[in-house]
Amino acid sequence: MKLPDLTELAVRNLRESLLRNSLTTVGISVGVASLVAMLSLGIGLQQLASRRLMKSGLFDTVVVTSRRDLHGFNREQERSGPAPGESRILDESTRLEITQIPNVTEAYPDIRFITELRYEDKPHLTTIAALPDSAKSTDAFDTVQGNFFSSDTAPEAILQKTFAEELLGRTPKPGLDETNVAELAAPLLGKELTMRYAQREAQSPSAIAKSASPNTVSPAKDDLSSAAYSVISREQKLKIVGIVDLDPESMRGPTRGRAFLPLGLAETLHVMQPTDLREISRAASSQPVYSSVSVHVKSPGQVQNVEDAIKKMGFNTFSILDASRSIQQFFKVLDVFLGIFGSLALAVAFIGIVNTLVMAILERRREIGIMKAIGASDSDVQRLFFAEAGAMGILGGVVGVALGWAIGQAINFGTNVYLKRQSFPPEHFWSVPWWLVLFAVLFSFLVSLAAGLYPARRAARLDPVQALRYE
Amino acid sequence: MKSIEGPIRNASVTESPANATPAIQVNQLCRHYRMGDTLIRAVDGVTLSVKAGEFVALLGTSGSGKSSVLNLIAGLDRPTSGSVIVQQRNLSELSRQDLARYRLHTVGMVFQSFNLIASMTLAENVELPMRFAEIDRGKRDDLVRGALTRVGLQARMNHRPSELSGGEQQRAALARALINRPQLLLADEPTGNLDSRTGTEIMNMIGEFNRQLGMTVVMVTHERALAERYAQRLIFLADGKLVRDESISAAIASNAIDRARTEEERR
Ligand SMILES: Nc1ncnc2c1ncn2[C@@H]1O[C@H](COP(=O)(O)OP(=O)(O)OP(=O)(O)O)[C@@H](O)[C@H]1O
Ligand SMILES: [Mg+2]
Repeated sequence: MKLPDLTELAVRNLRESLLRNSLTTVGISVGVASLVAMLSLGIGLQQLASRRLMKSGLFDTVVVTSRRDLHGFNREQERSGPAPGESRILDESTRLEITQIPNVTEAYPDIRFITELRYEDKPHLTTIAALPDSAKSTDAFDTVQGNFFSSDTAPEAILQKTFAEELLGRTPKPGLDETNVAELAAPLLGKELTMRYAQREAQSPSAIAKSASPNTVSPAKDDLSSAAYSVISREQKLKIVGIVDLDPESMRGPTRGRAFLPLGLAETLHVMQPTDLREISRAASSQPVYSSVSVHVKSPGQVQNVEDAIKKMGFNTFSILDASRSIQQFFKVLDVFLGIFGSLALAVAFIGIVNTLVMAILERRREIGIMKAIGASDSDVQRLFFAEAGAMGILGGVVGVALGWAIGQAINFGTNVYLKRQSFPPEHFWSVPWWLVLFAVLFSFLVSLAAGLYPARRAARLDPVQALRYE
Repeated sequence: MKSIEGPIRNASVTESPANATPAIQVNQLCRHYRMGDTLIRAVDGVTLSVKAGEFVALLGTSGSGKSSVLNLIAGLDRPTSGSVIVQQRNLSELSRQDLARYRLHTVGMVFQSFNLIASMTLAENVELPMRFAEIDRGKRDDLVRGALTRVGLQARMNHRPSELSGGEQQRAALARALINRPQLLLADEPTGNLDSRTGTEIMNMIGEFNRQLGMTVVMVTHERALAERYAQRLIFLADGKLVRDESISAAIASNAIDRARTEEERR
């Protein structure tokens, strides 16, 4: 039998037992709808998470740390790389070397230290981080109250919102955490801060020669000479130029601090950093040594290559891509789980189809017998039942996708009404991509065909003599 | 009498009905059913041959195995042993697929209970075998109309079987049986559910197909009078065995037809 005849007969048979077949089709629709609902929730949440990460503006950033740093981000890298003691030092020459890697736009040291800031003669101990000029263009700083640094070496500071609150002696009220940044900025912008810090000053080689004991066992004279420095207490006046509202939880890389200085300024200050103490015995050059270097890459797509190149140089790397990879993995697992839940409903629909078609065989026993008596082959009968199952599958799939989409919209709407009431911004966490629509209809079709497999075979094998024997 | 023309003109059957080569050859045919411990011999060693263009009646009491023999010839059932050879083809050697093809193209069947599909109109019922035969959609409408016109049902084309009388349903079933131009018409008590007047109408139609189209007809009946009137040969079955095979001379046959005519006129 040809396809048009097959579909025509299938459709007329479906119309013939309209109630039963539409109930079965509704069953399929509900199955498909729950599958679509579950999967689009999973996909929507995943996209939401990705969007959030994207907003951090760090998708194109690689953080490089020395393998000597035992507190690397990735234990795997530490285990597989050379022993910490033998690995390379992250110093100015390596920074320049990294700058030469293709697709790297910028590599700057992460300078971060804890020190005292005095405001109106009250001391505040806080973490200070240095920001490169390029930070200006990231999302994190486009909501700054006031201005970004006027130059890379200007004696200016930008404060994190919570630190600004601390300076003004305001404690954030629990529950009502939405303090207006502009409100904080007004009394602070243009005011002066005094930063007290420890400066690290390299000693002149002659001074070292005099002070070093001739009995000291040392690997090489050169190495030792650069390892010596003195620490001088200094003060630096800073003008508050901006207040920024950053989520402390999401801080990473250069924005991990409560007060920020321009990078150029921070470099000239030679502030003593925690790693300096550890490097004292091994420092190989008179160049500055960094605890970590942030590398900007032209586009997120090149992050992997740059990371690989830097790893080859013998350093640990970390990028948001690494984090998002594990997040993506999580979502894949979530999708599978949601898919299984969605499929459960479809499995019930599967049994519904089998039941309907087996019932149809019993009911249409005589009809099948007649068709065989007038020349229908086994495959004609089998394909007819398949066509009926398939038609129910496609119809159920289409209706189900529409239903699933509607459910999704309803939940999205409802949740956003709730979010609004809790004064959160609305979120779009529901996504039905076109491929999911196609997939759902196709899946419904295939599941229905599979459900038709047994009934169709049974119908095809029906003995026409027995079927025609009794009225 | 309706004239025979149009689509149902069977070219493959020779003009002479008394052709010498057998259209159907049945050898030592057995069909046994096992019911628990007992073996039911529905057909038990039947041998017979039917010439092309012949009109044969199968007679016997209820349960004598008439329908069983007919179903075996129709390729609806497979024998326990023995063979059915139709036009040089041994049905036992055909695959299920080929057997379906044989039923589609070589055999037309009508039944006591008409066996039209209740959910389809007459036109759709008649069209159904052409769907299986994959005949062009464009040609079907005309063929359906022609076939239904021939049995006098052109006005009832779009009615469902339940809206028709028994005789009309059997006429529609005849139109369906002949739509793919088979050489063999197998009828299982075609008049069993009809009053004698309507039955005669149907029998006249079958006789007409036999004579004018040269179709070979095997008809099951337990009405001897009816068989004598239309068939050229009567085959008697009892307990699955062939017990008598008698040819009716042309004289007796025409006598019978005359008798039938006078009977009809008397009514
Ligand atoms: N599927 C079956 N299982 C068991 N016995 C069967 C089966 N089919 C037929 N028979 C038996 O075979 C015998 C012949 O049956 P068949 O239908 O051929 O008789 P028949 O001559 O056509 O009778 P009727 O005139 O009543 O139609 C009967 O005894 C019947 O009970
Ligand atoms: Mg019978």
